Amino acid sequence: MTETVESPTAPDPKPYQWNNGSGPGGGALLLIAFFLIGTITVIAGFMAGWRPPAASEEGQGIDETITYLLVSTGVIVLVGHAVLCWFLLKGGGTSEYRRPSAKTEWLFGLIPVILMLAISEAGVLIVSGPVWDSLFVEKPVNPVRVEVIGKQFEWIVRYPGKDGIFGKFALKWVHGVDNPAGLDDTDDNALDDVLNGKVLVVPVGRPVVVSLRSHDVIHSFFVPDFRVKQDLLPGYTTEIKFTPTRTGKFEIACAELCGLGHYNMRGEVHVLPQEEYDTWIRSQTGHFGG
Amino acid sequence: MLDHPAPKGFLSRYVFSLDHKVIGIQYIVGAIVMGLVAAYLALLIRTQLAWSGAIQQPEDYLAIVTMHGTLMVFFVVSPLLSGLGNYLIPLHIGARDMAYPLLNMLSFWIYVLASVIMLASFLMPGGAAAGGWTAYPPLSGSESFLPGSGWGQTLWILGMALFITSFTMGGLNFLTTILNMRTKGMTLFRMPLTVWGFLVATVLALLAFPPLTAAALMLLFDRHGGTSFFMVDAVINDQLIAMGDGTPLLFQHLFWFLGHPEVYVIVLPCICLLFEVLAAFTRRPAFGYRPSIYALLCVGLLSMIVWGHHMFVTGMNPWVGKYFSIATVIITAPFAVIGVNLVASVWRARLRLATPMLFALATISAIGFGGVGGLFLGTMTSDIYFHDTYFVVGHFHLMIGTVTMLSIMAAIYFWFPKMFGKMMSEKLGKLHFWLTAPSMMAVFILMHMQGLGGMVRRTYDTSVYTYNEGANSSLTTPITILAMIAVGAQAIFLWNFFYSAFKGQPSGRNPWEASTLEWEAPSPPPHGNFGDELPIVHRGPYEYSPEGVDQDVLPQAAPDPDVASTDTEIPE
Repeated sequence: MTETVESPTAPDPKPYQWNNGSGPGGGALLLIAFFLIGTITVIAGFMAGWRPPAASEEGQGIDETITYLLVSTGVIVLVGHAVLCWFLLKGGGTSEYRRPSAKTEWLFGLIPVILMLAISEAGVLIVSGPVWDSLFVEKPVNPVRVEVIGKQFEWIVRYPGKDGIFGKFALKWVHGVDNPAGLDDTDDNALDDVLNGKVLVVPVGRPVVVSLRSHDVIHSFFVPDFRVKQDLLPGYTTEIKFTPTRTGKFEIACAELCGLGHYNMRGEVHVLPQEEYDTWIRSQTGHFGG
Repeated sequence: MLDHPAPKGFLSRYVFSLDHKVIGIQYIVGAIVMGLVAAYLALLIRTQLAWSGAIQQPEDYLAIVTMHGTLMVFFVVSPLLSGLGNYLIPLHIGARDMAYPLLNMLSFWIYVLASVIMLASFLMPGGAAAGGWTAYPPLSGSESFLPGSGWGQTLWILGMALFITSFTMGGLNFLTTILNMRTKGMTLFRMPLTVWGFLVATVLALLAFPPLTAAALMLLFDRHGGTSFFMVDAVINDQLIAMGDGTPLLFQHLFWFLGHPEVYVIVLPCICLLFEVLAAFTRRPAFGYRPSIYALLCVGLLSMIVWGHHMFVTGMNPWVGKYFSIATVIITAPFAVIGVNLVASVWRARLRLATPMLFALATISAIGFGGVGGLFLGTMTSDIYFHDTYFVVGHFHLMIGTVTMLSIMAAIYFWFPKMFGKMMSEKLGKLHFWLTAPSMMAVFILMHMQGLGGMVRRTYDTSVYTYNEGANSSLTTPITILAMIAVGAQAIFLWNFFYSAFKGQPSGRNPWEASTLEWEAPSPPPHGNFGDELPIVHRGPYEYSPEGVDQDVLPQAAPDPDVASTDTEIPE
């Protein structure tokens, strides 16, 4: 911080002056190269298919939204940068200059408003809307119902068993390996409930509705290949639906920070053909032997 | 004249100063110090990710991630803007100081106190707060869930509460000063866009911060007072721990009711000041002054009613989710107006490519990429996939990291001559630019790609998941190296800043030949800013290349030339 306080009328000592002769020079070209090469590289990079191929119907729908947005915003970014570079390259030369009229300025305000409203709301309502409805609004047809419980730092999968009804549970009954899901051992519906460690086994081609609950903090059930994600809220039961389109093993990741082991809270989804699934589920016995 | 007399001693001049200019520079220097801490934490994060198996344990990593985020948002970028606003607002509107100089001083020193308390979080048993900068309960509510949620989290809450106090004091000051202390002729629609940016941001901050204060206090009561606003009974190691029957989602609503407007609080002034830099270095008026202001007001309004887009996957009612998505993407419309006006401001430029201009142009590019990234997250179904992945990390770092930093750099290089009466070195400035802007943008755009690959954020070790093998992992080390370049380049800036403040070439009153009021004052401006007479404003802020006048620029305070009126006021 300088001590000198000039009096308002004193002339400035050797003041800095913009050198009008130097012009923008090579800096502008460098900047143009940076903008154009950068933009094209980025767009090409995004188009290059970073995602694992979608393995659920809902995932394909979500991918359509992503593709729609990649294409439409890619064009916007590219055109925007190209125009900026053109302005930088062309310059204006002399001080002779006619101002844009107020009308022009408002017109240039109106065009982006209409354009962006059309692009963005079409994305939400037309491209994205049906997928959202199929996930959360429409009733699934003949679904497989399972429950996934999150706890620090693992997943527990529960099936309703032969009776097809989930038994009662409460946190106060949770006890080690004896009763990891907190089932009520006096409830007939709970006796045949099947627990299956960290692996969620489901059939291919049928909607799977997963009820989610947590024993401690917030977790988030995320299957990247299915593109679906849903938080688990302690005290609540949430739901997510997906319809696997191919068989195989897929990973479950915890997406919400849940503590020290968050990074390691890995689970798996095994998608089987319907017959294999039927055989598997029949071979399972209830946790309480029911 | 001013209520408070010119300072006499060192303490009253430089430490407990009432002068808005000194307080502004104090804020900037304070934020630079906190910025060094936060940038160091960023490098620790990147080191862990690129070369895992290093010295950090998960508890260290999560504490570093949490504190990096908290410091950057609330203790670096926000105070940088407090500093710039403090310095610029009175000079821009022709006032001698802020409306409440004492409140202004208190605001800065409470910020210092808040910073000390926040950093002390690292010294607590269990380590610093580690529940993320969003501090979602129940995780942040009890140390039985996470060691950092012990005293580290309590200090985090206290530090945040004090920061909000300080920021509210500053905000009241900004608002009152802008509305009441404009000089003669400085109508609202003659104010420089920078001041408009601060005006809208301040109103947003004053409306949005109180709910976060409430949330922080409720969390404090949940932790130490036995309440259960957010806490829910839990089972830990087979033990049922009675914590109550609260609503974790309530905290998220309160947090994002602040959190989303807060993004605009720090982004809007940064975007608005670009118009000012662009005008001075293109020698053309900023394009679309009034449309930009109306767009700004729309963005401000919309930013208050879209917070739920942070919560699409929490299990909200699907119709509520739909509403938030529809409302969120509307923001792209006014934002596009501002973007188009920024680009159009370069139209037919007589370009002077000095360092501030380089930073301003790169910021436009960053706004472009950051802005469209928002569409992916605001559209409800694509957000199901992108939520809590590196796409989100890349997006908000591009908007409230890169856009803000590049724009604030443009501002510092631009107004430094006014602050210190000296020029910063152009050579070092350009070197700083070319090392900073490309690397910073590359870091965060590459993170978007990892997010596209589904990589989850806040993970200590990403190699646990096989889907991260290949493309996702291949980017991690390059990002770390680019981040090191971006942070390392700031050494050049620091040297340039502090060396030039003492030894730079004298700048004179108006080195950039700019038009706004601050350039009428000497550099640096004396106590009271403008000498005996306050300047009188005759026209709008950006009268470069005026029509029909043989002059490069008509400053706001210059009397009308003989020729026909050049007032740009649009006929109503």
